[in-house]
Amino acid sequence: MRLAVTNLSGERGGELIFSDLSFEVGAGSAVLVTGPNGVGKSTLLRIIGGLLPSSDGAIEFSGGGEAWPNAGAAAHYLGATNAMKPALTVEENLSFWRSFLGEHLCTVDEALEQVGLLDIAHLPFGYLSTGQRRRVAIARLVMCYRPLWLLDEPTSGLDKRSEAKFTELMRQHLAGGGLIVAATHLPLGLENSQELQMVANR
Amino acid sequence: MTDTAKKSSGIMAFANPTRFISLSDALLPWLVGSALLLLAVGFYMAFAAPEDYQQGITVRIMYIHVPFAWLSMFCYTLMSLSALGTLIWKHPLADVSLKSAAPIGATFTALALITGSIWGKPMWGTWWVWDARLTSVFVLFLMYLGIIALTRALDDQGRSARAAAILTLVGFINIPIIKFSVDWWNTLHQPASVLRLDGPTIHPSMLWPLLICAIGFTLLFSSLHIMAMRTEIWRRRVSTMRRLSARRAEGAAQ
Amino acid sequence: MFSLYMRDLKLAGRAGSGALTGALFFLAVVAVIPFGVGPDLNLLARIGPAILWIGALLASLLGLDRMFQADAEDGSLDLLLTADSRHMLALTVFTKCLAHWTTSVLPLVVISPLLGLFMNVPPIGLLAVTLTLLVGTPAITFIGAVGSALTVALPRGGLLVSVLILPLVVPVLVFGVAAARGAMADPDPFLPPFLILAALTIFFSVLGPFAASMALRNAD
Repeated sequence: MRLAVTNLSGERGGELIFSDLSFEVGAGSAVLVTGPNGVGKSTLLRIIGGLLPSSDGAIEFSGGGEAWPNAGAAAHYLGATNAMKPALTVEENLSFWRSFLGEHLCTVDEALEQVGLLDIAHLPFGYLSTGQRRRVAIARLVMCYRPLWLLDEPTSGLDKRSEAKFTELMRQHLAGGGLIVAATHLPLGLENSQELQMVANR
Repeated sequence: MTDTAKKSSGIMAFANPTRFISLSDALLPWLVGSALLLLAVGFYMAFAAPEDYQQGITVRIMYIHVPFAWLSMFCYTLMSLSALGTLIWKHPLADVSLKSAAPIGATFTALALITGSIWGKPMWGTWWVWDARLTSVFVLFLMYLGIIALTRALDDQGRSARAAAILTLVGFINIPIIKFSVDWWNTLHQPASVLRLDGPTIHPSMLWPLLICAIGFTLLFSSLHIMAMRTEIWRRRVSTMRRLSARRAEGAAQ
Repeated sequence: MFSLYMRDLKLAGRAGSGALTGALFFLAVVAVIPFGVGPDLNLLARIGPAILWIGALLASLLGLDRMFQADAEDGSLDLLLTADSRHMLALTVFTKCLAHWTTSVLPLVVISPLLGLFMNVPPIGLLAVTLTLLVGTPAITFIGAVGSALTVALPRGGLLVSVLILPLVVPVLVFGVAAARGAMADPDPFLPPFLILAALTIFFSVLGPFAASMALRNAD
């Protein structure tokens, strides 16, 4: 599987914020998108995920066969928000996404075990701290299979220990032939990764 | 240091409710027992009492209808006092009292409306007339529902307590105005079909069972209210402990 | 899809969802009408079905703005959108409409006969109003989904949704009230307006979700 982005331009509020962006990611490797705030990292991820239209250029996802026809279908999108309901328990939230997203890799309990939150599965999501909420969202990534992970500041709110744990999960995903595109300002500690430095568009 | 300070202040906040729970433990059996006893006696006397020569058997509804109507107002007064307790003395139990009284008050008001309309059906020929007294009670019922909705709308207990207290007090001040305006509205276009409820003055043979039923229902209301308050206190403790356990889990992982 | 339906039902059941506020609003609106027109039972019985329909219509517009906004705020909407190839978006919207109708509008239908009693509507009229509401209100929700999707990015979209939707639901109101009145007054027919009402609901159950999913895709 391969994600190829060629001559991509993106805009926000009618203003072009980046243009002529090209990169490729193959199976088992990652791209870390870095750059100052407001340079369009999140916009880039949303365009790849099909949540925003691109103003120019092409996004090609090949080798996915019928199961993964385009980048949006093949992607797990982890945005700035966690996509969980505060009123429901952790377990209820994850069960819903598990049956909605399909392609199960493991059960809800096993996914929570991997992020170390099995003890508090019965608590409402709204009771959790920022870091715990992020880890629940990460549990969603490992619970259902998607070849491409689009991560927007995935480690925000995580402490050192959870960060290391998350790096471990990303390594596993890459070792299984997955792809990662992550917008971050911290080194994620991945070996086979390239860095894509975005600069402000003048 | 800060941790222990926080902990002890948390215990202080619960000291009062804890005493309330142990007190209610002792009180509740007596309350429930006397309520049931009085109601049994009251109902027996009500059925032994003579039937009204005009209304026949339907007059017996009065023995539950009047206590329900009385409690609908009693409960609102109690809630207004609780609201004062919340706003002025910031008593932790006042908020619990208001929140747990509202659904019980709404139930009694609804029962008053329902028994009233069953009572009225043979006399008016219809389930509902926009009679001044009925209408006022109906507006009171709407106010109860509004307060219930408000106490359950906010997750933050402190904020929802103050909001509900303010609404309750505004409603309490407004009640005489509502009553006055409804009376005025009703006399403005009084439909001829409505029979007046004030019959002959009440006979002692009916007054006594009515009085006993009223006291019995008031005791029943008090028992229900105390039980609801206990439930609410326990519910808050469970919620606090669940929040605490989320924080504990984090501490254990470190 | 079923899990989405169940999730929205569960959410409505939790504290602070405000799902029953609509029913309360319905009650309050119907209750103040007599204060305006006077307590004449004959008059109330005549206008009762229309009042119930207007009250139910206004009450069912209340929660519409939150249908997609809540999901947009916590990011769930992004995932629902990217799952398009797995679950067609229009179907997702349809499911959310059904869940919204079950939690916010069905209670209105259930209490409408009770409110009809306050209006002195005769039993056959109560039955007719309840039946027409049951069949007609889903159309309001399906059209409402379009307005809700259009205003999903606006912070204060609540009133705007109502303003956008009200003119579009006029046909539903016309045929709903016509059918309810047809059941009560003899010369007027019941079945033709009732069948048109059912047809409107079926038509909008297709058009609404498709238009709403287009609006959601172009939301930001």
